[in-house]
Amino acid sequence: MALTREQMAQRVARELQDGFYVNLGIGIPTLVANYIPDGIDVMLQSENGLLGMGRYPTEDELDPDMINAGKETVTARPGAAIFSSAESFAMIRGGHVDLTVLGAFEVDQQGNIASWMIPGKLIKGMGGAMDLVAGADNIICTMTHASKHGESKLLEKCELPLTGAGCINRVLTDLAYLEIKDGAFILKERAPGVSVEEIIEKTAGKLIVPDHVPEMTFDA
Amino acid sequence: MAGFDKRVSSYEEAMEGIESGMTVIAGGFGLCGIPENLIAEIKRRGVSDLTVVSNNCGVDGFGLGVLLEDRQISKILASYVGENALFEKQMLNDEIEVVLTPQGTLAEKMRAGGAGIPAFYTATGYGTPIGEGKEVRVFNDRHYILEEAIIGDFAIVKGWKADRYGNVMYRHTAQNFNPMAATAGKITVVEVEEIVEPGELEPSQIHTPGIYVDRIIQGTFEKRIEKRTVRS
Repeated sequence: MALTREQMAQRVARELQDGFYVNLGIGIPTLVANYIPDGIDVMLQSENGLLGMGRYPTEDELDPDMINAGKETVTARPGAAIFSSAESFAMIRGGHVDLTVLGAFEVDQQGNIASWMIPGKLIKGMGGAMDLVAGADNIICTMTHASKHGESKLLEKCELPLTGAGCINRVLTDLAYLEIKDGAFILKERAPGVSVEEIIEKTAGKLIVPDHVPEMTFDA
Repeated sequence: MAGFDKRVSSYEEAMEGIESGMTVIAGGFGLCGIPENLIAEIKRRGVSDLTVVSNNCGVDGFGLGVLLEDRQISKILASYVGENALFEKQMLNDEIEVVLTPQGTLAEKMRAGGAGIPAFYTATGYGTPIGEGKEVRVFNDRHYILEEAIIGDFAIVKGWKADRYGNVMYRHTAQNFNPMAATAGKITVVEVEEIVEPGELEPSQIHTPGIYVDRIIQGTFEKRIEKRTVRS
């Protein structure tokens, strides 16, 4: 079975380490915050200028001056810091964020990512995505492995306009967890019940399949 | 003698001198920390052919979105322009020129503009459509593109508290682009929730020193929430 959105978030959350500063993009990456392992403390960075994003506010705490990068009302956790957009992107561009998780339309075997623009469709903008992928050394891309029509999104070369070049080193799809290294995808784990053959069939880029590909496990 | 007293007594006075064809840099992220009354004054004046530099372009009927109603904006530099039906319509009809700019690059363009730095190299956008046609240099085996700074004829800023001398503090994430915008205007106008006497603000807590600020006005704010998310 392909992973659910919740399972994808759970799997990504296992990559969190104690003391990490983490930027989570919109969509599945946002859900990762719900699965931070016990005993681990991470600080969430929101690129509008908040390090230490907390929970959504209660009605009493609701404050129009307190939002996250998705423009949602939020709170700041104890130990948070708030700063300007320039300071926020200095952290991002300067490589100070330990892990960035974001979605994508396509990735390719060179680590290129396309996530912001589909020619012919309405283009709303890249927001902070280009800064995030250019600035981080450690990025996990979350995406579906193939389109609804079965067309692979893990390509030899991205077809859509890029968000960043040569910057992605890990991909979690609904079918598999892969690394990108030396011009190839390396299959590291497969979703429960998903065969290696299906992943091979749905990966258009160069794929290296080790002898043993463990199956992911999830608590019921 | 006014000395360092930057206060003006009306919004009309606050935006005195704005003309059609000018470049206006605006603080704010989404609808958070936007100079909503200064924007309303620009609408009232009816100036047109404006180039607006702002992370977003408001929503239908609020924030910078109101300047679309009478087509006052001819060009915008922004990182994200969704959430606005009128904007989409004008963009699709080529009635507004949109220069999509990565969010960090946009902040840095303002910061550099205010700091007298004409351009800077950044890895952001290299290898993407944003980097096309821009000078590329390699430093330490990485590729960087040259991005130019921005200066506005006007910068419009929303602060929380200020003193009469134009020293400004921002509140929570309403800070966002405002401190950079404040540095990058030939004329910088700041509207705040409260103006206090010099000496009442702790000097080390000032976000925007008064040297950047030309005019200051106290206003009342709707502070509309774009996405209201609460937990039970």
